[in-house]
Amino acid sequence: MKIIIAGIGKVGDMLAKQLSAEGYDLTLVDSNQNILESMIEKYDVMTLNGNCATMPVLRQAGVENAELLIAVSNADEINLLCCMTAHNLNPNIHTIARIRNPEYTEQIYQMRNAFGLSLYVNPEKQAAEKIANLLRFPGFLKRESFAKDRVEIVELRVDANSKLNGVSLSDLNNIVKCQILVCVVLRNKTAIMPNGRFVLEPEDRIYVTAPTNVLAFLLKNLGIITKKVSRVILAGGGRVSYYLADDLERGGIDVEIIEKDRERCTELAAMLPTANIVLGDASSQSMLESEGMSECDAVVSLTGLDEMNIVISLYAADMGIPQVITKLGHAEDTMILSRLPIGSVVCPKELCCNTIIRYVRAIHNQSGAAVSVHSIASGLAEAVEFSVDPSTKNCNTPLKSIKIKKNVLIVCISHSGKTEIPNGDSMFHQGDTVIVVTNKVLMQLNDIFE
Amino acid sequence: MNFRMIGKFLSQILLLEAFFMIPAMLICLNDGELDVAACFLITIGTILVIAGTLYLFGRKANTSFFAREGMICVSGCWIAMSLLGCLPFYLSGQIPSYIDALFEIVSGFTTTGSSILSDVEALSRGLLFWRSFSHWIGGMGVLVLLLVFISAKNSNGFTLHLLRAESPGPSVGKLVPRMKKTATLLYVLYLVLTVLDFLFLVFGGMPVFDAVCTAVGTAGTGGFGIKNDSMASYSPYLQNVTTIFMLLFGVNFSCYYLLLIGNIRSFFKDEELKFYFFTVVSSIALIALNIRNIYATTEETVRHSAFQVATIITTSGFATTDFDLWPSSSKAILLCLMVIGACAGSTGGGMKCVRIILLLKSLKRSLRQTLYPNRVEVIQLNHSPVSEKVISSTNTYLIAYGGFVILSYLLVSFFDGHPPVTSFTAVLACFNNIGPGLEMVGPTQNFACFSVWSKLVLIMDMLAGRLEILPILLLFSPSTWKRT
Repeated sequence: MKIIIAGIGKVGDMLAKQLSAEGYDLTLVDSNQNILESMIEKYDVMTLNGNCATMPVLRQAGVENAELLIAVSNADEINLLCCMTAHNLNPNIHTIARIRNPEYTEQIYQMRNAFGLSLYVNPEKQAAEKIANLLRFPGFLKRESFAKDRVEIVELRVDANSKLNGVSLSDLNNIVKCQILVCVVLRNKTAIMPNGRFVLEPEDRIYVTAPTNVLAFLLKNLGIITKKVSRVILAGGGRVSYYLADDLERGGIDVEIIEKDRERCTELAAMLPTANIVLGDASSQSMLESEGMSECDAVVSLTGLDEMNIVISLYAADMGIPQVITKLGHAEDTMILSRLPIGSVVCPKELCCNTIIRYVRAIHNQSGAAVSVHSIASGLAEAVEFSVDPSTKNCNTPLKSIKIKKNVLIVCISHSGKTEIPNGDSMFHQGDTVIVVTNKVLMQLNDIFE
Repeated sequence: MNFRMIGKFLSQILLLEAFFMIPAMLICLNDGELDVAACFLITIGTILVIAGTLYLFGRKANTSFFAREGMICVSGCWIAMSLLGCLPFYLSGQIPSYIDALFEIVSGFTTTGSSILSDVEALSRGLLFWRSFSHWIGGMGVLVLLLVFISAKNSNGFTLHLLRAESPGPSVGKLVPRMKKTATLLYVLYLVLTVLDFLFLVFGGMPVFDAVCTAVGTAGTGGFGIKNDSMASYSPYLQNVTTIFMLLFGVNFSCYYLLLIGNIRSFFKDEELKFYFFTVVSSIALIALNIRNIYATTEETVRHSAFQVATIITTSGFATTDFDLWPSSSKAILLCLMVIGACAGSTGGGMKCVRIILLLKSLKRSLRQTLYPNRVEVIQLNHSPVSEKVISSTNTYLIAYGGFVILSYLLVSFFDGHPPVTSFTAVLACFNNIGPGLEMVGPTQNFACFSVWSKLVLIMDMLAGRLEILPILLLFSPSTWKRT
């Protein structure tokens, strides 16, 4: 399948890496020759220098026989124009545009029709939603939702004084007293798919599958104190902060945004009348203290600089803030960061890429394609959601009599609203939602069988 | 430097080489020359042992692979292939000296076609085939062939470093996004043209063995003949077919891709192609005028003129007549063609037409900028701007080219003291991968008159010319081996 990526920034780079590894024919278009040069030396792709919104450039990139155009340049307007032009040259092409200016949010549906968009992505908005989700259940480092939010895979860290320390997985159910499954353990930079004899150690990061309705119960039984978040400090007043503050304020949570640019503060104050907007440098500790950081329930570091965010989060964690969330814009490998006490890490470009890759896999493989894809364990494993449809093999056969590939773990089967952590007697039925964790690339559900 | 990864590539390349030796061995068996077949078998065994060792060494290689590794990998592979590929000649005793055997196989792989043999026909047919077939292997490049087999999952940017280091031309690019598909396309085009050539030759009454050897030699623009008089004793039809196919193999293969996808307009508008054919046609005409009194008929004059022009500009090196006996203005034209060479991205050698075009254009720009210092100009090729990086690398290439030729000329003269024309054209013929030079290394002569040291210099020249200098030069650069 031929894909054109227009605009090579953080997201473009990540997409090129993922999609070229999955074997798609990629053509990258950008107006900066140096970036293209570095791309072609890194990935097996073709590059084209030029303005991606012009017809000659798009034609040269082969838009006429491409199946998908992903416009992720840094300007929304160029992305829209690019998709529209591509759509005129090839009415059958799928187009994805990144649109992140909050002012366009209201008219997004009209724009989708007018510009021929198949999908639009907004990394900052996705990140804000993700953070809001995390704030709803303090204690989890990461949450990924599946099966219409009925099932989640959550990340927990095993601390030395945790109830989980030294527990073998077969004894786990006696402690948590609810139906969960540990699907991946991240230990010493490797992702392990554990069996029942596996014993948890401090510093392990575990990824747990659980129905959404038992999450609160799980936290309680693990002895993790969960107090409902009522006051949050956001360091930095970028787009993520705006979306997040808007969301939290609606939920009745007090939000304080610390931003060092006076004009941006005025803008935010106009858009968010009920939030506290403070002019100041969030990286200064005295500033954070004077704003009452010790009394807040959560600190979210959202400045434009990754290193600044890490420093702010380290400081917040040191102060004993119950929940700390760090946004990383550039950082590629979160593995080295997983040892630092910076709380949950949210990476907007990764969220955006996951959405796009899910879409790509879906058009590449119409029936039985993944409904959603989430990379977990610092990208070492993937959790993929599928629906069971008529093309699925081995329906109505107990799992114990089916040969499943190595390193593929079926972590959940959701059957007419009821979720089940599968055992040997479970089976797939038509219309079920199945969640699979693996370190392979799975295109469709049938790929899991030997 | 990721030595393990280089070792892994090396083992795969050697495996391919061993595989390519099998047909030659079968020919020996068929001819009942069991001792030569045994030599091939021993060579294949040696290669397998070395490849196996290298494979074990490179098994756990990490995948960090950059331009530096690409360059070293390519030159390393070519040197290793040559050192092992000459063993059948040496072991069979038909070329008693190892350096001579090495010279012969390097001349084969680099598609030069210079020989140290005075009596080619004395070689057994298996060795003759291996000698000609080495042109085909080296013509398109064996690492490019390896890229055909690389799996899409493991392929990332490093494949480009290999293609760039092995394919000739100032700015090597891919035809399609995937390297595997690009390499496959190149080899399919290569194979189809070779088979066409073979069919035309067989149709013209050439024996099958001769046709195969000539076709693979033409495809790689190599030029090893299997007869002592090269192509002179074949019929005019066969000579003309060879002329046409030599010229076709001297065309940039991406032009054929343009034809394949139906972009005929761009094909005919390609500046390099126009320059190439203009040079060919005008040279043929000028030489034909110059030599009209030597041959009996006009047909013969034009045929010999065309054959010699084609063989020199595409850097093949076959011959139908002894052009050393031609008037000096014709020889001067041929000498110029030696330097110009074929198109970039073809199997031919030389400076490449596109570099000449770029050098002329940048000279023109420099002249104009001297007259009008404030004028800003961008050099264009095929109506798109050429980056300054490419221009400066072309200028660098010219300097490296000149330096290499002069240094080799001095060394060869110093070691042997042959007359200047002999030494100079020998260096040019080897460096541009042509084959025959003038006087003592003319079309009817051979390179046996040189000493061992001169032969080593010429071997380096052939490799440097085929790989376009940089990969070989980097082998001797201290900063390549520095730890970073």
